[in-house]
Amino acid sequence: MYTQGMYEIIDKEQTAEGTFDLTLSCKDLSELARAGQFVHISVPGFFLRRPISICDIDKDKGTIRIVFQIKGKGTDTLSKFKIGEKLDVLGPLGFGFELLEKDKKAITVGGGIGTPPMLAVAKHYGENVKAISGFRTKDLVILQDDFKAQGNRTILCTDDGTAGEKGFVTDALNKCVKEEKPDIIYACGPMVMLKAVSKIALDNDIRCQISLEERMACGVGACLGCAVKLNMNGREFYGHVCKIGPVFDAKEVVF
Amino acid sequence: MADLSVNFCGVEMKNPLITASGAYGYGRQYTDLYPLSTIGGISTKGTTLNEKDGNPPPRIAETPSGMLNSVGLQNGGIKSFLSFELPNLEKNNLAVIANVAGGTIDECVELVSMLEGTSVDMIELNISCPNVKQGGAAFGTNKDSAAEITKAVKKATSKPFMVKLSPNVTSITEIAKAVEAEGADAISLINTLLGMRIDINSRRPILKNNVGGLSGPAVFPIAVRMVWQVANAVDIPVCGMGGIACAEDAVEMMMAGAECFQIGAIMFNDPYAPVKIINGLNEWCDKNGVKNISEIVGTVKPW
Repeated sequence: MYTQGMYEIIDKEQTAEGTFDLTLSCKDLSELARAGQFVHISVPGFFLRRPISICDIDKDKGTIRIVFQIKGKGTDTLSKFKIGEKLDVLGPLGFGFELLEKDKKAITVGGGIGTPPMLAVAKHYGENVKAISGFRTKDLVILQDDFKAQGNRTILCTDDGTAGEKGFVTDALNKCVKEEKPDIIYACGPMVMLKAVSKIALDNDIRCQISLEERMACGVGACLGCAVKLNMNGREFYGHVCKIGPVFDAKEVVF
Repeated sequence: MADLSVNFCGVEMKNPLITASGAYGYGRQYTDLYPLSTIGGISTKGTTLNEKDGNPPPRIAETPSGMLNSVGLQNGGIKSFLSFELPNLEKNNLAVIANVAGGTIDECVELVSMLEGTSVDMIELNISCPNVKQGGAAFGTNKDSAAEITKAVKKATSKPFMVKLSPNVTSITEIAKAVEAEGADAISLINTLLGMRIDINSRRPILKNNVGGLSGPAVFPIAVRMVWQVANAVDIPVCGMGGIACAEDAVEMMMAGAECFQIGAIMFNDPYAPVKIINGLNEWCDKNGVKNISEIVGTVKPW
């Protein structure tokens, strides 16, 4: 179930280099939203909507948060919207992450701008989640205080060692898995990272859900644009990020 | 309230808006927003004899006022359409146009034969898909092959039979006349225009297929021109499409000679586009003293 409307930006902050954090007042949409789903935002002057994952959902306040990075002209225009202005938003779209009981042990792995959807998942598990986040450098680090504020244990990595541990999220993930095997791993980030995370999960026989992105048009499963190669029951085919994703079981994705 | 109903090739539609093939699936995706019965008709996702997996991603690239796609006719095949999609469409009050495509003439004949005796109101033969290696535009960009496939498929169907033309040709009227001569009951146009985008950082085409079909408002003037040329060249009815984004565009397309029209890419920009266009047509007719929308068909007064 999804909806569409003009929703007011009630908070906006630049949280890192080229990275913006918007809170939208969207009662009906927030009531439908689940961790791992995305919204499809119309940007004036651009024909196609921009799919952006939902970072946080506050059903009491009727808000959602989205955190995005300027990647091109569309997201640059989106970054210039001000508090009080309205955005044309379609959502929530796709299926979200499957959440286990709150007392299960989870690890979230966010790579760069793939980190935001991990916040909504980690919220569910409170102190039972280790939230691993990785960024190229300290100027790009986002959301660490947000993870901590919701009681998550955080592990920060940067490629150049300017913040947190020096190294990749996969190094941190390997270490965590050895210390204590989790019930589930969630991940979002670059494909190369997701492939490595999926391998660690499979090698250790841990459930793993990953969130993918692909160039998208309709957002609702009509145009079949956002294809991703899957393997289910031994059969390879193209599934679609917007409809059966953006969250996939790592076992089913053909990297 | 004006009368928006049209009779297109004997098919009654409550309004002239048909959702274009490939842009609306089989009609299950937008019902969260408005009922399927809002639209006059649906041209289904291009359906092939066997399930088709489509092209590797990326399949979508944005363009100024439009987009490229190289989906490549991904669909579940005719059996899935008949057993799963058609029963769902039947529950709703709208015209069902089965858009079919095949790699060979025999395949197309078999496909339309399988639609005999079903509730499908009309056939739309796609001889213009730019994204498949076999069939598709290979049929539609040559008047002899367009004529040959039209003739064979016409014999195999008792339903109103429409042929969807490719704009990627030197003379659109030549192809239109060829399919009319072989028995097509109607013509729809335009399919997408072949285009390309390149990522200047990677120096790679954005689409994995390198090239794809351009649609959206960017193609609208080309579509209007081609519909106008074809409507003046043939005696069979024309269904116009290509870049329609609002009610005024639809009026323009009908004035160019289209008895009904299809909308596609604009729904990706605004999923409520069908509702807005239908309401806008009503308002436009009321403001302009048009009692029946069909009055405006082909009324452009060329200089």
